[in-house]
Amino acid sequence: MSEKEDKEMFASGHRMCAGCGEGIAMRTILNEAGPNTIATVATGCLEVTTTAYPQTSWEIPLIHSAFENAASVASGIEVALKQMDKKGETNIMSFAGDGGTFDIGFQALSGMFERKHNVTHICLDNEAYMNTGIQRCSSTPYGASTTTSPAGKFSIGEDRPKKPLARISAAHDIPYVATATIAHIKDLKKKVRKALDADGPALVHVFAPCPTGWRHASNDSVELARLAVETGVFVLWEAEDGEICDLNITHKPKERKPVGEYLKKQRRFAHLTEEHIEKIQKEIDEKCEQYGF
Amino acid sequence: MTKVKITIGGINKDAGSSKEYKTGGWRTMKPEVDVEKCIQCLKCFDYCPDGAVKKTDDAIEFDLDYCKGCGICAKECPVKAIVMKVEEK
Ligand SMILES: Cc1ncc(C[n+]2csc(CCOP(=O)(O)OP(=O)(O)O)c2C)c(N)n1
Ligand code: SF4
Ligand code: SF4
Ligand SMILES: [Mg+2]
Repeated sequence: MSEKEDKEMFASGHRMCAGCGEGIAMRTILNEAGPNTIATVATGCLEVTTTAYPQTSWEIPLIHSAFENAASVASGIEVALKQMDKKGETNIMSFAGDGGTFDIGFQALSGMFERKHNVTHICLDNEAYMNTGIQRCSSTPYGASTTTSPAGKFSIGEDRPKKPLARISAAHDIPYVATATIAHIKDLKKKVRKALDADGPALVHVFAPCPTGWRHASNDSVELARLAVETGVFVLWEAEDGEICDLNITHKPKERKPVGEYLKKQRRFAHLTEEHIEKIQKEIDEKCEQYGF
Repeated sequence: MTKVKITIGGINKDAGSSKEYKTGGWRTMKPEVDVEKCIQCLKCFDYCPDGAVKKTDDAIEFDLDYCKGCGICAKECPVKAIVMKVEEK
């Protein structure tokens, strides 16, 4: 165990729900980044639960931006440090949920990528706007019931597929893009390190189950992140220098598990019939074939 | 109610101060570790959302000031060294 890991950079006492995937992600990510890091955070569960004034769970300098502009504020910090001749000495990171990345923060993120700022953006993906009460997002998967895509007699819940955020990010030809989960800690650390070491913009898209929004047992968060990978629901890969045609799949499940094993542990999918599940399975099979496994 | 002094710009220089807030009171289930069984793989340490698992010389221990009782450690422990028991208050 390195010394760096002994000082926790993400303090206890935060108000995340019991079993929150974001907590596991944040401890891993901030401990990897270390004390020489400046961060911005968009509004969302991460911000609300860690900055109850006058307290903070962050052991590093942090600016709470607006919901939509975590990546823009980080861009400004990067330029300011450059002006002060401190280029490259400090990690600059922006953090946002899926809402703050896929949807409302996307313009700021795309601008940060395009201007080639040396910023690592972390998206904590719990597949909905959790902090405001589980509203659907472009990250919400097909078939999930949320408060704004409720399942019912005439509705399957969310009726659109998940937006491929990481692939869209890689299409910006930036040095590093990766997908990761809270179940694969070593892999997550490695990817955060690569993102921080890259000379330019980077994105790490972290799959982080939310017991409150997905309505699963609080002790199932890690298991669900693992199952998402083992069923092919979430694919772990990285792309260096915009090589989206030549993705490096970082974890190929030996034998893919049926998607039902993943869906049935979460009440947001409780309304799905066997036919629905078959349909979702077929789509995953097609997606995995595209990824080459 | 305690009065909170608002600084200019809301600047908070008190890094890591959420530790003042003890989340252990949220717990309904409490983890217990069998140190004889523990192989110190530290999976529970890595997977604790609340930083409530501490390393000891030969095993781990829980910081019950912060443990919210989610049960992830017990579920992920490869040798079943952790059990969750109903919290008695
Ligand atoms: C411009 C703006 N619109 C709406 C909100 C309200 N709001 C705050 S947090 C949030 C949801 C955040 O969702 P996400 O980014 O996915 O993070 P999560 O809470 O799920 O971790 C919303 C809608 C806001 N703060 N600012
Ligand atoms: S609502 Fe979900 S993401 Fe937000 S703190 Fe609770 S478990 Fe974490
Ligand atoms: S997961 Fe189990 S074996 Fe590993 S350190 Fe924790 S208690 Fe010990
Ligand atoms: Mg979210």
